[in-house]
Amino acid sequence: MSQIFYPSTNTFSRLSIFGGIFIVAFLVWAWAELNESTYATRAKVPIQQPVPFSHEHHVGGLGIDCRYCHTSVENSSFANIPPTKTCMNCHSQIWNRAPMLEPVRESFRNDSSIRWIRVHDLPDYVYFNHSIHVAKGVGCTTCHGQVNKMPLMWQENSLQMSWCLDCHRHPERFVRPRSQVFSVNWQPPPNQVDMGRKLVKEYNIQSLTSCSTCHR
Amino acid sequence: MAAVALACLNIACRRDMQDQPKYIPLRPSDFFADGRSARPLPEGTVARGQLRADKVFFTGKVGDQFVDRIPFPVTRAVLERGQERFNIYCSPCHGRLGNGLGIIVRRGLKRPPSYHIDRLRQIPVGYFYDVITNGFGAMQDYSAQVAPRDRWAIAAYIRVLQYSQQASINDVPPEHRQDLGGAGTAKPAEAKKPSE
Ligand code: HEC
Ligand code: HEC
Ligand code: HEC
Ligand code: HEC
Ligand code: HEC
Ligand code: HEC
Repeated sequence: MSQIFYPSTNTFSRLSIFGGIFIVAFLVWAWAELNESTYATRAKVPIQQPVPFSHEHHVGGLGIDCRYCHTSVENSSFANIPPTKTCMNCHSQIWNRAPMLEPVRESFRNDSSIRWIRVHDLPDYVYFNHSIHVAKGVGCTTCHGQVNKMPLMWQENSLQMSWCLDCHRHPERFVRPRSQVFSVNWQPPPNQVDMGRKLVKEYNIQSLTSCSTCHR
Repeated sequence: MAAVALACLNIACRRDMQDQPKYIPLRPSDFFADGRSARPLPEGTVARGQLRADKVFFTGKVGDQFVDRIPFPVTRAVLERGQERFNIYCSPCHGRLGNGLGIIVRRGLKRPPSYHIDRLRQIPVGYFYDVITNGFGAMQDYSAQVAPRDRWAIAAYIRVLQYSQQASINDVPPEHRQDLGGAGTAKPAEAKKPSE
C-alpha cells in the first residue's frame, strides 16, 4: 500500500497548526471588535422620531438650557422627556401650522403621549443615576456628546461597562466645574488632569468601582 | 464559526435580563388604554406632607389680594437660585434683562411687556408668583417646570432686575465702581451681571 502522507505534507501540517492559532486569534479579535463596534452598541446612529425634534436648533440655535425640557435631571435618577405641554409653551404660537408639528398638536388636543423612540437604553440589570453625576460635576456633553450639533439624537458613547469604569476609575480626567455642567460649549482645558484632581478633592468625588454600585 | 455561534448564544440568553418585565421610568404599558406606565393621580389626591395648607406660600395671595412680601427670608443664595432659574425658564422669551426681547420673541413669539414698565414695577411680588403658577394671556403656566420655592426665588430675582435697571452710579459701592468699565458714567449698575 502506498503512503497517504508524503514528507512534504509535514510542512502543511506545521503550517496549519501555526495558521490555526492565527485563525483563532483572528476570530477572537474580530469578535472583540464587533462587540465594541457601533453596530453592537448602536452608538452614533441617528434615531428617527415621530417628530423630527432637533437639539441642533433648540439647543445650538436658540440656546435653550437642557433643564427647560429635561427638568428632573438634577433631582432624579432619570432625565424626563418633556411632556407635550412644554413644546406648546412655544409652539402654540411658533410654527403653529407646520405639518411637521402635527403629532405634537394632536397629542396636546387628545391628551395622549407622543411615542418617542428611546435612544439610550441600558440593560435593566444596570442602575444608573443622573442626579449624582450632575451634582459631582460630570457634564451632559461628556456622556452624550455635542447634542447641540445633533439634528436627530444619537447615542455618542458605547454605554458599555468598560466605558463607565474608565471614568469611575479616573474621574479627574472628565470632571468639570459645577457651573459648567449644562454648558454645551465647555471643552476640557489643557490642564484638565490638574484641575480634575482639585475638583475631585473639592467635590469629594469617590472612585466607585465595586460591582454593587451599578448592579444592585 | 464557533465564535460567531457563541456570540449569538451569548446575546440570545441575556435578553430576558436585559429587558425585564417591569416598569422603569418612561417605559410604555400595554395594560392601560393611554399606554402610560406612570399613572396620573386621581383628582384630589394629597400626598403626605403636601397638603399645601400655607395659602400664601402656594398661591401668592391673601384672599384675592396679591401679597407684597416673599414668605421666607431672601438671602443671597435665594437670589442666585432665582437668577439661575430665571435664565433657564424665563430668559428665552423675556430676555436676560427682563426687557421682553428674548430669542424666541425674535423668532416670532408675541412680545411680552418689559418688566421695567411702571405697571409691573408697582405690582405686588405675589403677582409674579401667580403668573408663573397660572400663566397669563399668551404665556403658558410654568407650574410643572418650576417648583413653588423656585417660583418665589424667580419673583425675587425679577425685583432685582427691576431695581438694577433703575439704579444710578451712586448705588454702586465706591470700591466696585471701576468694575463697571465706563466708570463714572451713569450706566445702569447691575445690568452687566444678568446679561453676562
Ligand atoms: C426644547 C426641549 C429640549 C431641550 C432644551 C433639550 N432637550 Fe433633549 N430631548 C428633548 C426631546 C423632545 C427628546 C426626545 C426625542 C429625541 O430623542 O430626540 C430629547 C432627547 C434627549 C436625549 C436622548 C434620550 C433618549 O431617548 O435616550 C438626550 C441624551 C438629550 N435629550 C440630552 C439633552 C441635553 C444634554 C440637552 C441640553 C444641552 C437637551 N437635551 C436639551 C427635548 C429637549
Ligand atoms: C422655548 C421655545 C421652544 C420650545 C419649548 C420648543 N420649541 Fe421647537 N422651535 C422653537 C423655535 C423658535 C423654532 C424655529 C427654529 C428656528 O427658527 O431656528 C422651533 C422649531 C421646531 C421644529 C421645526 C424644525 C426645526 O428644528 O427647525 C420642530 C419639529 C420643533 N421645533 C419641535 C419641537 C418639539 C417636539 C418641542 C417639545 C419637546 C419643541 N419644539 C419645543 C422654539 C421652541
Ligand atoms: C455619566 C454619564 C451621563 C451624564 C453626565 C448624563 N447622562 Fe443622560 N444618560 C446617560 C445614560 C447611561 C443614559 C441611559 C439610561 C438608561 O437607559 O437607563 C442616559 C439617558 C438620558 C436620557 C433619556 C432618559 C433616561 O433617563 O433614561 C436623557 C433625556 C438624558 N440622558 C439627558 C441628560 C442630560 C440633560 C444631562 C445633563 C444634565 C445628562 N443626560 C447627563 C448618561 C449620562
Ligand atoms: C465621565 C465620568 C463618568 C461616567 C462616564 C460614568 N460615571 Fe457614574 N459616577 C461618576 C462620578 C464622578 C460619580 C460620583 C462618585 C461619588 O459619589 O463621589 C459617579 C457615581 C455613580 C453612581 C453612584 C450613585 C449612587 O447613588 O451611589 C452610579 C450608580 C453610577 N455612577 C453609575 C454609572 C454607570 C452605570 C455608568 C455607565 C453607563 C456611569 N456611571 C458612567 C462619573 C462617571
Ligand atoms: C460603573 C458601573 C458598573 C460597575 C461598577 C460594574 N458594572 Fe457590570 N455592567 C455595567 C454596565 C453599564 C453593563 C452593561 C454593558 C452592556 O450593555 O454592554 C454591565 C454589564 C455587566 C455584565 C453583563 C455583561 C454582558 O455582556 O452581558 C456582567 C456579568 C457584569 N456587568 C459584571 C460586573 C461585575 C462582576 C462587576 C464588579 C467587578 C461590575 N459588573 C461592576 C456597569 C457596571
Ligand atoms: C415661551 C415664552 C415665555 C416664557 C418662557 C416665559 N414667558 Fe412670561 N410672557 C410671555 C408672553 C408672550 C407674555 C405676554 C402675554 C400676553 O400679554 O398675552 C408674558 C407675560 C409675562 C408677564 C407679564 C404679565 C402682565 O401683567 O403683563 C410676567 C410677569 C411673566 N410673563 C413672567 C414670566 C416668568 C416669571 C417666566 C419664567 C418662569 C416667564 N414669564 C417665562 C412669554 C413667556
